[in-house]
Amino acid sequence: MILLYLVLVCWGWMTIYSASYNYEESVSIFDMAIVSGKQFLWMMISFAMAAVIMLLDVRWYQNAANSIYILILLLLLFTIAVAPDVKGSRSWLFIGPFSLQPAEFAKFATSLALAKYISKNGFDLKHSKRDYWAFCIILIPAMLIIMQKEMGSALVYFALFLVLFREGLTPWILGAAFSAILIFIVAIRFGEIALWQASDLGSFLSLLFICLLLWVWFALSNHREKQMHIVLALLLTVPLALALLCQIFWIPFNLAYVLLGELLAALLYIFFTALKRQMKSIGAIIVSIVLAVSFLYATDFLFEEVLQPHQQMRTKVLLGMIDDPNNAGYNVNQAKISIGSGGFMGKGYLNGTQTKLKYVPEQDTDFIFCTIGEEFGFMGSTLLIAIYVYFIVRLILLAERQRHRFSRVYGYCVASVFFFHVLINLGMVLGIMPVIGIPLPFFSYGGSSLLGFTILLFIFLRMDADRLRFSV
Amino acid sequence: MSRGSKDYAGRSVVIIAMVVVVALVYIGRLAHLQLFSDEYERSADRNAQYKKTIYPERGLIYDRHGEVLAYNSVYYDLMVTPREMKGLDTLSFCRQLNITREDFDKRMKALRNRRLNPGYSSYTPQLFLSQLSVEQCAPLQEQLFNYPGFSLQRRSLRSYSRQVAAHALGYVGEVNRKDLENDAYYVAGDYSGRSGVERMYEKQLRGEKGYELYLRDVHGRIKGSYANGNRDLSPVSGKDLTLSLDADLQAYAEQLMQNKRGAVVAIEPSSGEILCYVSAPSYQPSLLVGNQSSANYKELGNSPYKIFLNRPIQSFYPPGSTFKPLQGLILLQEGIINEHSRYACQNGYAFAGMKLGCHSHESPMALAPAISTSCNAYFAAAYRAMVDDEKYASPQASMAVWRNHVTSFGFGSRLGVDLAYEQPGFIPDADFYDKRYGKRGWKGATIISNSIGQGEILATPLQIANFCATIANRGWYYTPHMVKAIEGDQIDEKYTTRHRVSVDSIHFEPIIQGMRGAVTASYGTSRGVAIPGIEVCGKTGTAQNAGVDHSIFMCFAPKDNPQIAMLVFIENGGFGATWAVPMASLLLEQYLNGEIAPNRRWMETRLLNANLMEVELEQE
Repeated sequence: MILLYLVLVCWGWMTIYSASYNYEESVSIFDMAIVSGKQFLWMMISFAMAAVIMLLDVRWYQNAANSIYILILLLLLFTIAVAPDVKGSRSWLFIGPFSLQPAEFAKFATSLALAKYISKNGFDLKHSKRDYWAFCIILIPAMLIIMQKEMGSALVYFALFLVLFREGLTPWILGAAFSAILIFIVAIRFGEIALWQASDLGSFLSLLFICLLLWVWFALSNHREKQMHIVLALLLTVPLALALLCQIFWIPFNLAYVLLGELLAALLYIFFTALKRQMKSIGAIIVSIVLAVSFLYATDFLFEEVLQPHQQMRTKVLLGMIDDPNNAGYNVNQAKISIGSGGFMGKGYLNGTQTKLKYVPEQDTDFIFCTIGEEFGFMGSTLLIAIYVYFIVRLILLAERQRHRFSRVYGYCVASVFFFHVLINLGMVLGIMPVIGIPLPFFSYGGSSLLGFTILLFIFLRMDADRLRFSV
Repeated sequence: MSRGSKDYAGRSVVIIAMVVVVALVYIGRLAHLQLFSDEYERSADRNAQYKKTIYPERGLIYDRHGEVLAYNSVYYDLMVTPREMKGLDTLSFCRQLNITREDFDKRMKALRNRRLNPGYSSYTPQLFLSQLSVEQCAPLQEQLFNYPGFSLQRRSLRSYSRQVAAHALGYVGEVNRKDLENDAYYVAGDYSGRSGVERMYEKQLRGEKGYELYLRDVHGRIKGSYANGNRDLSPVSGKDLTLSLDADLQAYAEQLMQNKRGAVVAIEPSSGEILCYVSAPSYQPSLLVGNQSSANYKELGNSPYKIFLNRPIQSFYPPGSTFKPLQGLILLQEGIINEHSRYACQNGYAFAGMKLGCHSHESPMALAPAISTSCNAYFAAAYRAMVDDEKYASPQASMAVWRNHVTSFGFGSRLGVDLAYEQPGFIPDADFYDKRYGKRGWKGATIISNSIGQGEILATPLQIANFCATIANRGWYYTPHMVKAIEGDQIDEKYTTRHRVSVDSIHFEPIIQGMRGAVTASYGTSRGVAIPGIEVCGKTGTAQNAGVDHSIFMCFAPKDNPQIAMLVFIENGGFGATWAVPMASLLLEQYLNGEIAPNRRWMETRLLNANLMEVELEQE
């Protein structure tokens, strides 16, 4: 595991050198004037930190978890108060020649606190409403980081819901989140496209999806009610089919109303039949569907009012609604160009043209993967993804073999944070996720993030080394 | 192990599955970007490569003796890439160029206007200021690095060693929108031949552009050459052309044609090569080069004398009496007459209550003297006899036979000379008269004007010159052409293919006798062309028009083994003998003897002093 860590860190370091490499004058990779030199210094600091972490006793982490968490929260608050404005965010602390981003260290602190809370005796999300306090542990630092105007870093904390899922959180929440995202995307993407003049394609598709959801959900939770399934299916399809025929041969009208009517009829049908037969768990379905429909009609509001203009723009570009390669879409377009130009084998180390000539903005930080894509091609990029997958899966397997719940939860936190970073960062660079500025672990230049990831990882490795000895 | 009420260990598999699925999706995306789409690779090259076009030298143009007529001199175009102008110190730049700030803004606005500059792109160099001389450029070049976005583009422009043959050479100008659409070779701001030989031989003259590839960063700064220059392409110079023009003859003809409107065309009969090609009034070819060219172009184009009309191939008139030899040839070939047939002339030819006038001369006459003295009655009677001859089923059939003969001499359609925008002229056919008079409404008498080259017949000066060369050859011709040789290439096959006309060679002798008689006999119309020691044959003509007649004269010399056939056409020049005949005489002497005999200098002086520019215009 340590070997894997070293491979990633060194490859990252070389890539940073390449990304900042200049055709005209080649300077040493150790030169402090360029980012690779600074990164080297941070590597040394990180290695030292890793050594210190390995020397400390595991019990210490468990005992200190809450204190560290509180300390970091205070530091975050402090940062909001004193940090200067750097490119619109207030997340940097300057101490002499060093600049630190406390948000990077909040990850391990939150993970420790969460692990400690969950490992209490009797923690069970299913039965104890009290235990939903776990959500707060995650959300408080996220809120503070949002207040620093670092949306990307804040989103990382949602990765920790994956941990809760592992520890018993109902999958319906993940399902609901997924459905919400899908409805949001469909409604925005197709919202401006007219369907047979009168209907808008966005609401039509979303409502269709909600109908399907209703039917599948009902079928899953009440699989013995065969007769009701058929009635429901007819209720949902027949009027739609008639309405479609009407559309095509007679007058166009808004199909969304037809679907809404169908949904209402279906819900009433379920409700009254359920009353008669005293069936269970119908309430959740009805409430969810009503929520989903409301959400659908709230998307426009959310999109226009809650998201900032540049975020709306990025979303639209990502969804292919507007083509603007020079402004909003510039980063991603250039990233795609540089990766695409790498081909199968790449152009060779230090030989990329796009990244060398600084076509890709932020190429040594968030967009560092472009350099890999351009210089090492499909082979190198795939190898890197494979290493990450191996790394994350290995973390999960290590977590699973922990005897103590504290270590296991912490291990899952580490795995989820890494997974989320890689997922969002590569998704962004490859142009399939919105542009959210979070670093690629061990590759993106940045002392805080390298140190933060190192601490996060090595605390877990320390726990793993002690897994046999360590017990409650 | 301390656990909650339920162990969710199975969910680790779900999470691992999520990780793996995401990884597979991303690898798929990578494959799409890197393996299956080369669009991104091309964009990358477009991004990072700066392709500097290296323009080839345009081919040179020589005259038939190897004297250079058109060559190239170096100029520079100042180009601007609007995207890269960030940080330009406009004031200092304007001072350097010696232009005002308003001027600068105006130019920038003009080049951004897609209507004026259809190829506009803010990413590629656009023409800011064209055709700076080397001297103007030197100080700018040193300072250029201070002005982001600006670059100098070396250009070669035409220079002319002698200010002659403007209409034959044509000119080189900036390509227009249509050229850009039709030929991907050009980019906005390129030059191409716009008329004359420059246009017809554009493909040979232009050569092939080369380029040097540079790497540039996102700010457009050059960061060294791409692939160490291994993928650069050297330009290929254009091919040189050798024209068939004789520069001395050309210059002399233009001199004699000064202050006159008209055309002079001389052809070497044995090859079809054009020796002299004058369209008067002419202009200095260098007027259409350089940064004053568009102003000059406008001024020349506005001239009432139609300077840009390429008269030898674009003006067309009834050929008048120069058409009589052709009528004679056809009549002989068709057996309507023989060389001894005589027709009477009583100061003209009376028919159907009308009379086609003629001057006083002895009567009746045979063919050769009829040509010498240009008897209208002779050709009117004989032509009428042909149209109405019963051996043809109808006037229509006769007309078709006649027309076939005429067109075999190259009349009625474009000859195919290697100059742009040639006109076809017109030879009427039976349908034409059927439409005008009805199927039974016409016969020989109706169309009698054709007999003497008037009526509906129209010919360009070049066609008449070619006809004269055909007579000189006794029945064949090569398509007249301006380019004698192309460096490393063959001239078009059509210029080396002999065209035989439909009249047998034997019939040419009486005609040539007649044309010789026109120069030598007391009753000849072309006596003024006679040059001691040279057997010249000629035929005058008069093209009637609304104003003063145009005078036409065609001739060739020597009679046997002819070396030059010539057509002189002077607008509103009156009777041919006054101006056209002496001019032809001087030109023949210049070409055949290389100089003008001192005792004939007076003719030269008389011609040089004549001003016929305003004759017709004054009357209007």
